[in-house]
Amino acid sequence: MDTVTGTLSAPVLSKPVKPVNRKWKHLRENAPFLLMILPAVVVVFLFCYLPIYGVLIAFQDFMPGDPILSKDTIWVGFENFSRFFNDPQFWPLMKNTFLICIFGFVIGFPLPIIISLTLNALKSKKVGKTLQTIFTAPHFISLVVLVGMLSLFFGSGGLLASIARHFGGEYESLFLKDSAFRPLYILSSNWQDFGWSAVIYIAALSNVDPQQHEAAILDGATRFQRVIHVDLPAIMPMISVMLIMSIGGLMGVGYEKALLMQTDANLSVSELVSTYVYKRGLTGVPDQAYASAIGLFNSVINVVLLIIANTTSKKFSENSLW
Amino acid sequence: MEKALQPKKRRNAMRDTLGDKVFYTINGIFLGLVALIVLYPLYFIVIASISNTDAVLAGEVVLLPKDITLDGYAKILEHKEIWNGYLNTLIYTGLTVVLSLLVTIPAGWALSRKTLPGKKWFMIFFIIPMFFGGGLIPFYNVMSSLGLVNTIWAIILPSILSVWNLFMSKTFFESSIPNGLIEAAKIDGAGQWRIFASVVIPLSKAVIAVMALYYAVGQWNSYFNAMIFLQDETKYPLQLVLKEILIASESTVGGSGETMLEQFRLANQLKYVSVIASSLPVLCLYPFVQKYFAQGVMIGSLKE
Repeated sequence: MDTVTGTLSAPVLSKPVKPVNRKWKHLRENAPFLLMILPAVVVVFLFCYLPIYGVLIAFQDFMPGDPILSKDTIWVGFENFSRFFNDPQFWPLMKNTFLICIFGFVIGFPLPIIISLTLNALKSKKVGKTLQTIFTAPHFISLVVLVGMLSLFFGSGGLLASIARHFGGEYESLFLKDSAFRPLYILSSNWQDFGWSAVIYIAALSNVDPQQHEAAILDGATRFQRVIHVDLPAIMPMISVMLIMSIGGLMGVGYEKALLMQTDANLSVSELVSTYVYKRGLTGVPDQAYASAIGLFNSVINVVLLIIANTTSKKFSENSLW
Repeated sequence: MEKALQPKKRRNAMRDTLGDKVFYTINGIFLGLVALIVLYPLYFIVIASISNTDAVLAGEVVLLPKDITLDGYAKILEHKEIWNGYLNTLIYTGLTVVLSLLVTIPAGWALSRKTLPGKKWFMIFFIIPMFFGGGLIPFYNVMSSLGLVNTIWAIILPSILSVWNLFMSKTFFESSIPNGLIEAAKIDGAGQWRIFASVVIPLSKAVIAVMALYYAVGQWNSYFNAMIFLQDETKYPLQLVLKEILIASESTVGGSGETMLEQFRLANQLKYVSVIASSLPVLCLYPFVQKYFAQGVMIGSLKE
């Protein structure tokens, strides 16, 4: 196909300009684009690619301050990784990380979808807009303040403690109970982000052709039936994309919030792979090679999960990230 | 116009069946409850901050403030660390926004052009970090070998480009800048820089606003990089100061005695007030810029 068009259009295109010249002109005309993109390339190179290169220390016997590659580098292969697999913390860490993510997903994935569908089904657009503003607001609260708020509600000096005291009851801070960590973590994350995550679905719903709704009404569909048969299918492609993304992040829970919520008392459930990396690599007597190996192991799991999710989705539907 | 719409509306209203009415009612109640769950915690912080601390600690402040006082606010005005943190955060946020726009917007424009030499390679270059990274420790080592540890640049430089934002601006330029306009400017003899400055930028206020807001909120709310890179307390941003005030006490099981109790009282009051003082700028700004935020999400959702 290509060659056919090529030969057909060749006589038309071949003006007396030399191809090399034309290429040169094209490059000169578009060179400013290279300058425009240069700062971004430098930033990404410094702060994303150099660390990717630096992860080589996961395969070394590395002391802080050592160059990453030199003739004195001691390569140890996968020793740091096998040390991690034999670490008594390995299974608890995997379990804690997985459970936080899976429970977070089970609640956090459908919630924004339900919210967007119900908001969209409101009769008054004005009320819908106001509610959306309210629902999105907590997204802009910082993690420090969010965890601070948790402590003001569920901590030792918080609202629940005060109410318990008011009625003469005993109250133990939920920050000191390991069974409370996961519910607190997951519910507060959802409280903060369900509205924000719903925005993307709301945007998709606003693009639904009103004629589809009118046709459904003529067919005698109730509003609820229209939610299920018109609105939901309209956001299905978006749902698939978000699903792939969240499966890719299934073991990728960050350290920022968990670190803030950790206490000595809840460590048995609140220690995650990411927080462990931070502690082993940057606090106490740092073991950077070991911590890097753990971090690398975790990112590889995430990439593999993402690829599996994407391939599966591609196979069973038309939706995929790439 | 209005009159023409009126009868149609009424017809729709008449069409509501009993089932529809039930649905609308349940839907309304559900969303009302959700709104309550979102608003109550915020409301409680506000009423607790203006109530007498003892009343708050006695569990008497649940629905309405009691013995209204601005003591807490007076105390926070004297709190040097908070104001120093505030100032630092303002500086960090300002610098981050300016630098990030200078990096993101031109790169997004260049990346949106089909004639960008080596476009495919640049795309791959920027996509890989979205899915794979070196991790925390190598990142720390890079910062350390660049000599950035314990400087404010450790907070600012890594935050001046988010690849997500870059792709968002790219998508915006692709979908919102009419090609004809660019061609016309070219015919008029404008070079690429001229086109970017005089044609593209004026048409891109929305995406510039969205980017500025994303970067600003991100920097305003972050604490982690400051925690690992800054040793000097005078450089602490607001969030790190807040972390000490709000959270540090939670891991220690409180002792007893008069002074302990007094400290506990004061600390508790300061907590409510500092939550408000630190979140107010963002939450006040937010309703006004909300449409831009939502726009940003929409731009980002358009798939390549």
